[in-house]
Amino acid sequence: MQAFLRDATEFLPILLEGVRLTILVTIGSLILSTLLGLVWAIMRVSSIKIVSRTSAGIINVIRGIPIIVQLFYIYFVMPDLGVSLTALQAAIIGLGIAYSAYQAENFRAGIEAIDKGQIEAAQSIGMGWWMTMRRVVLPQAVRLVLPPYGNTMIMMLKDSSQASTITVAELALQGKLIASSTFKNTSVFTLVAILYLVMSIPLILFVRHFEKKAGRP
Amino acid sequence: MIELKDIRKSYGSFEVLKGITASVEKGEVVCIIGPSGSGKSTILRCINGLESYNSGEILVEGQRVDRDAPSIVSIRTQVSMVFQRFNLFPHRTVLENVIEGPVFVKKEPRKEAIERARMLLAQVGLAEKADAHPPQLSGGQQQRVAIARALAMQPKAILFDEPTSALDPELVGEVLGVMRKLADDGMTMVVVTHEMGFAKEVADRVLFIDGGVIVEQGPAKDVLNDPKHARTQDFLRRVLHPL
Ligand SMILES: Nc1ncnc2c1ncn2[C@@H]1O[C@H](COP(=O)(O)OP(=O)(O)OP(=O)(O)O)[C@@H](O)[C@H]1O
Ligand SMILES: [Mg+2]
Repeated sequence: MQAFLRDATEFLPILLEGVRLTILVTIGSLILSTLLGLVWAIMRVSSIKIVSRTSAGIINVIRGIPIIVQLFYIYFVMPDLGVSLTALQAAIIGLGIAYSAYQAENFRAGIEAIDKGQIEAAQSIGMGWWMTMRRVVLPQAVRLVLPPYGNTMIMMLKDSSQASTITVAELALQGKLIASSTFKNTSVFTLVAILYLVMSIPLILFVRHFEKKAGRP
Repeated sequence: MIELKDIRKSYGSFEVLKGITASVEKGEVVCIIGPSGSGKSTILRCINGLESYNSGEILVEGQRVDRDAPSIVSIRTQVSMVFQRFNLFPHRTVLENVIEGPVFVKKEPRKEAIERARMLLAQVGLAEKADAHPPQLSGGQQQRVAIARALAMQPKAILFDEPTSALDPELVGEVLGVMRKLADDGMTMVVVTHEMGFAKEVADRVLFIDGGVIVEQGPAKDVLNDPKHARTQDFLRRVLHPL
């Protein structure tokens, strides 16, 4: 135990540098995936066929390719096309795009769960499309969407470790680097695991809070 | 005040309305009866601009109903709709449901809207339910809230689409009672219904629709007691004596 604490004080500063990048990648790709996901979802529920089919196609392509391959594509192939990105930028964009498909499906399910009759009732008292969305659809959809959204956040936090495959020295990669140079595998990876856990606890509480809230009328 | 001129409407290759011409005068109560799938709901939905129509013309107070024109908002604030399944907003209280249109669409001061909403809720017998949420109410109560929500827009006419069909039999009376009071107060109403007793007593005129055309129309007593057309006779016989 004492040895572990000594290792901890020694390695934590370096690992916290990894934590910083992990949080950066997670928040960056969370924002991007949320915005893209909303765009795909709104396109998907459109009554214009080409728009909804395009969105369905995009979602399927994104879902059908492993995240790691998407990351390689953006980091290694884009420069050949004249767009070079830093590893961090490529990680945020890659994970953001990869997760936008799951976000979109979640948002779409939330929007479609709202009874069509309510939308007609809103229209029949003179509400336009946007006011109907804002006053009737979204307030109810948000409640349905938040618990799965929280779960997606937890998965994104963990999947941010895939950024290590394109050289982003986030928490998992920092751990691996320290471990391979010091051979203190147990201390290092225990610390890494604890740090991930500490970061997911607020998210787990977030999910629980909104699951309880969604259960109420 | 509502005029339909030779309205035709198709879903794909299926023609639902095959030339409907009719009018509703101010203060009149018109009941629309007819078998399931004959196009009754579609007529109401076209008047309110929830559906488009392929040809013909619908006028509300001389203004053409066009679902895709900006003028549809003003038409919808003049002609309210009450639905079979109530369609209240479950995330808002009864009072909020009633003031939603006046405050957010018509931009009335909130205080006035609330005052009128309370009066309307009292009028439909639900003053004490103002702060409840719709799912806590019975079907009959929900439908009365929906009527109060329609009235809160201060419409010139109200369209009812089978307002009692989703209710348990013992709750039908309380909703019909409210509607009868409205009719007595001179509200212009178009009511799709299977309640022949209500039609007989309250309607000024009855339209019998079958297969997308008006088969027979006239004063309620004539159409219901002494139908001229064989299809009307047959339909009424089946509705009044289901066994
Ligand atoms: N969105 C739609 N797409 C395709 N067909 C539809 C649609 N809405 C209605 N229809 C068809 O149009 C016809 C008329 O429908 P409508 O709802 O007007 O009938 P109705 O007279 O109100 O019947 P009910 O008494 O069952 O309510 C029906 O055959 C129905 O299946
Ligand atoms: Mg109908």
